[in-house]
Amino acid sequence: MTVTAPPVVLEAPSAHPDSEIKAGQGSKIFAWLIIVAGILYFFTPLVATGERAFRAIGGVFSFEAFRRILTDPGFVDTFGASVINAVLTIVVSLLVIVPTAYWVTLKVPKLRSVIEFITLLPFVIPAVVLVFGLIRMYSRPPLAILSSRESTRVVLICAYAALSFPYMYRSVDNGLRSINVRTLTEAAQSLGASWPTILWRVIFPNLRVALLSGALLTFAIVIGELTVALYLGQQTFGPYMANLVRNFVAEPAALTILSFGLTWGAMGLISYLTRRKPGRRRLRRQAVGAR
Amino acid sequence: MSFLVLEHVRKEFGGNAAVEDFNLSVEAGEFVSFLGPSGCGKTTTLRMIAGFEQPTSGGIRLNGADITYARPNQRNVGMVFQSYALFPNMTVAQNVGFGLKLKKVDKSAVRSKVEELLGLIHMDDKGQNYPHELSGGQQQRVALARALAISPQVLLLDEPLSALDAKIRDELRNEIKRIQRQLSITTIYVTHDQEEAMALSDRVVVMSKGVMEQVGPPFQIYNFPETAFVASFVGKLNRIDGNVVDSGLGTVRSGVVSLRTTSEFQAPSGAAVTLMVRPEELELGESEENQVQGVVESINFLGAIVRVRLDTPTGQLTADLFNERLLKLPEVGDTVTMSFPAHACWVMPAGAS
Repeated sequence: MTVTAPPVVLEAPSAHPDSEIKAGQGSKIFAWLIIVAGILYFFTPLVATGERAFRAIGGVFSFEAFRRILTDPGFVDTFGASVINAVLTIVVSLLVIVPTAYWVTLKVPKLRSVIEFITLLPFVIPAVVLVFGLIRMYSRPPLAILSSRESTRVVLICAYAALSFPYMYRSVDNGLRSINVRTLTEAAQSLGASWPTILWRVIFPNLRVALLSGALLTFAIVIGELTVALYLGQQTFGPYMANLVRNFVAEPAALTILSFGLTWGAMGLISYLTRRKPGRRRLRRQAVGAR
Repeated sequence: MSFLVLEHVRKEFGGNAAVEDFNLSVEAGEFVSFLGPSGCGKTTTLRMIAGFEQPTSGGIRLNGADITYARPNQRNVGMVFQSYALFPNMTVAQNVGFGLKLKKVDKSAVRSKVEELLGLIHMDDKGQNYPHELSGGQQQRVALARALAISPQVLLLDEPLSALDAKIRDELRNEIKRIQRQLSITTIYVTHDQEEAMALSDRVVVMSKGVMEQVGPPFQIYNFPETAFVASFVGKLNRIDGNVVDSGLGTVRSGVVSLRTTSEFQAPSGAAVTLMVRPEELELGESEENQVQGVVESINFLGAIVRVRLDTPTGQLTADLFNERLLKLPEVGDTVTMSFPAHACWVMPAGAS
């Protein structure tokens, strides 16, 4: 036996359909205008910069500016130093932030707002104030560690780690909110796991995406940082760029294009990794196999 | 000596007692449920056995060893959570093998144990799947297998079926019972669902406001509740307020109706009491024992049973009649007589809640 459902009668909207359509079209045109204005606002300087970078010699298209930059020993040295600084900063920042955020989430959730406030301090305190504070503190006994280049670098990295806290804490905290930290911890405990094991085998892997986005943001900050590096007398990429801008025309433009590419690459990587879940790739493979 | 012993266990949170003077001895292989409304202390007690909370006073012994203050990862206790708590970054097989890997069991032994357990939960083909690819019921089965993998001394289940829909809940309930019997593993099961507790347990601990109300087999808890709380929390109940006529004869008068119970009680004549009787003990029609007349207020057809509500001079009464094809039901508004045997009812002090 088949049962037929009574036909569903859809009533036409009672308002004046014509005027509604016109209003809809109007808002659509407005939306497009905003998008076009946004594109012009963001891309005009970029196109102009590109123009400078790619027409370094006599207005002819070439990669000459890029070649000069990439073969400049100053670029290679300072960029390399900044990459190493960035990696070390990420490590320090992770080691401080992840256990702290985890412990706060698990044991003292009431302190969450306090910790959040503390991590936001680098937004409130200008980098120049931070660096003068560091110089005052560490250039005279008993903590005169700014005497050698190596120990100054340690201070630089710690300062960078502090500057990265707002980004790193937010990323990690978001990551922790997206998993059931308490129950996962207890499940691991009941299976015999110790604290380091839980952090390393359960919490870290499940924060992978959050840690990566925190790390990439930190990387972006450290690579271009000028103030702290300048006042601590460190030969890093930030001071190098500043010097370049003062003395050349096409090269800074090429450098800007390069760093844009780097940032976009990082952003793309974040969004790609955020969308990926464990097992996705394998499922896709199975689906392809089934076809 | 019993396998798991809780002695005078008390737990306070910020000065408020969540659990008070909890005493329980569980035999090896026994299935015990903690049953009660939310906030009654059942989960807190379970968490103290697991080691996630520490008692304010009292002691817990497991297989002869004092574990009151032992860390959770040193107790060898398996735990299943309401929210499954599978590790999202690991496959099913890795989840199940996690505990064994921590114990440094060699790889081939881990593999064979994982296979055995996946067979036990009928999920042999899901070893390489990730938790997010499984249904809720499947995830909870994996969580069960993971807890069993470490061959725990006690299996603790904290409302494991609450997040599942009715059909899956039923299936998994039977599955839990089958596995528990098969492995004869000592099990503590926390639930607020009396049906679950009744169906699964050898013994049920009914709790209210941090206090144990009654401990006993499901049959006894349901049919011979010792406190008014147990009587009203477990199953449905009719309450008839009245006054004692003669406690020796078991007679009570409620308005114009005279009622009798065979269960013993001590109270002076005239004392206010409440007579209690389960809805399924009431029958339509007259009998020589207790009978009450009233007007049918509503009739609800619930499938296996038909629930008839009656407005009587002694208050509202509910009767659960077993459905059958030949059942003759009254109409709403009819005046009918309901009866129940003297052995089916018991007396408690008036106002007991």
